[in-house]
Amino acid sequence: MPEIRNYTLNFGPQHPSAHGVLRLVLELDGETIVRADPHIGLLHRGTEKLAEFKPYNQSIGYMDRLDYVSMMANEHAYVMAIEKMLDLEVPERAQYIRVMFDEITRILNHLMWLGAHALDIGAMTVFLYAFREREDLMDCYEAVSGARMHATYYRPGGVYRDLPETMAKYSESKWHSGKKLDKLNETREGSLLDFIEAFTERFPGYVDEYETLLTDNRIWKQRTVDIGIVSPERALQLGFTGPMLRGSGIEWDLRKKQPYEVYDKLDFDIPVGSTGDTYDRYLVRVAEMRESNKIIKQCVKWLKENPGPVIADDHKVTPPSREDAKSNMEALIHHFKLFTEGYTIPTNEAYSAVEHPKGEFGIYMVSDGANKPYRMKVRAPGFAHLASLEEMTKGHMIADVVSIIGTQDIVFGEVDR
Amino acid sequence: MKQSVLDLQNKINDVLGGRVVSSNIALDELTIELKPDDAIDAFTMLRDDLGFEQLIDLCGIDYLDFGQANWETMKAANTGFSRGVFDFAVEEDEEAKNQERRFAVVYHLLSIQNNIRLRVKVFPESTQLPTVDSVIQIWSCANWFEREAFDLFGILFNNHPDLRRILTDYGFVGHPLRKDFPLTGHVEMRYDAEKGRVVYEPVSIENRVNVPRVIREDASPKV
Repeated sequence: MPEIRNYTLNFGPQHPSAHGVLRLVLELDGETIVRADPHIGLLHRGTEKLAEFKPYNQSIGYMDRLDYVSMMANEHAYVMAIEKMLDLEVPERAQYIRVMFDEITRILNHLMWLGAHALDIGAMTVFLYAFREREDLMDCYEAVSGARMHATYYRPGGVYRDLPETMAKYSESKWHSGKKLDKLNETREGSLLDFIEAFTERFPGYVDEYETLLTDNRIWKQRTVDIGIVSPERALQLGFTGPMLRGSGIEWDLRKKQPYEVYDKLDFDIPVGSTGDTYDRYLVRVAEMRESNKIIKQCVKWLKENPGPVIADDHKVTPPSREDAKSNMEALIHHFKLFTEGYTIPTNEAYSAVEHPKGEFGIYMVSDGANKPYRMKVRAPGFAHLASLEEMTKGHMIADVVSIIGTQDIVFGEVDR
Repeated sequence: MKQSVLDLQNKINDVLGGRVVSSNIALDELTIELKPDDAIDAFTMLRDDLGFEQLIDLCGIDYLDFGQANWETMKAANTGFSRGVFDFAVEEDEEAKNQERRFAVVYHLLSIQNNIRLRVKVFPESTQLPTVDSVIQIWSCANWFEREAFDLFGILFNNHPDLRRILTDYGFVGHPLRKDFPLTGHVEMRYDAEKGRVVYEPVSIENRVNVPRVIREDASPKV
């Protein structure tokens, strides 16, 4: 009789459904997973070490590149940590802008997740649909910051500048012309806020489209229902946060429980799952997109009615206006010191966390009084989630590994840092 | 100062008693220090009696250069700060490297039932071979976090089932987040066409400081 041995399979690091550079060493008994050992770090860029060698403001751009599908949410935790240590007051309008962009970011992230997750387990259309809407949202990013993804828009004390009064339009080209062009520019006639408002009007209809494709789809259900079940007790033990924790039925959302910025003034609900399987986490995230849409709507309304400053007036931390810097000696000195040396933070330490689309994204910052962080630790939600991959996949079939990687919403920028 | 944080401080002092070496509140965050010997008991009590069911984060920290600046700003000097290539690597000061309380392990705990956070620090006794007990038995997610602290700081965790490197390359030497590890690293990698394989060589670039590290007690923003 031939000897029966377990089979060891190397999955990745360049597998399309590994969501980046995950190398997974799988031990298989037939088609069943016996052991899964993720090897991470292939995208390690030493963000924490680099931050120790840069003035505080120069690391904001690195935050975008952590979880590179929810850029502004990462920046948010970072600038909040600095603001906490400086006891810096953020103007209310800036808080609303940040909340609005956090929620835009959440939709961006969930669309990316939904598209990729569906594509991984065999539904291609959703991916194309999701990217259609992502395009509009990335235009919003571009309108405020000039960059479609790595915005560097949030600054300690507020945001870089106010929302623009005009929205970029498509121009005549051999791909867009005539009626098609008019249709593309239909919602771009007014300001950015008008554009976002128009988006929030049509977005619920789009979510219905995704749900039509997936929620009652037989194949989708076969691939997700009862896959990767995590009990609430285990979810807590495994350090789950965000939709992963809520999918297991624990109602925990930092936006509600430890509100930051203006979340306590906004009306929204926290969707919670019941069984803790992949399908529940799908439902939670889809419901979250609808809630985010609600929040954006409220922010747009407030922002239209309340103009005002968008960045704190303390020129030790925020740059003076260009006009001032050219006519006022003190402003010029502030400008020079801020951009050469930066500002110093008194000796202290702080942990600030935001409800990132993937979970709790935290920054632990230690300062020794210098103009650079002494230590900056990024608490990435994906790191804890991926660590549970072995527990979640054990006993499942090899094809389910792909579903489980998808449901964890892994992005290697933040896992490897 | 928030009342809930004060209450927590009193409660922790009651429950843990002499196990707490120090506890202080800054920016509405409570930090306690535990001795490495009975940290496991204390963590178990924190989880079971005080409701800290989640370990949010675990990380190392190296206090070697704490409070040291590149550039003296408190008194007048007749030289400015050169922006050229300048080696700031302090001479191998073995004594400083072996200073007590150089490394710390920082735990961030979250209680979902009480909606409160806590920061715990444990300073390993030895600096040569910094070792603390693993908390995997208390919070399963500590596994990877401890591997990361081992990888980046060389802190060892007793009773950890699988203390391998996690973020750095296969075959990496050194612990990159230690303060005596240069930003440029020690080796660089390239493809050698003659040998037909990737080779590692000592780094050819020098450490460069564009913006000096400055400590200004007088110029901290108005707080």
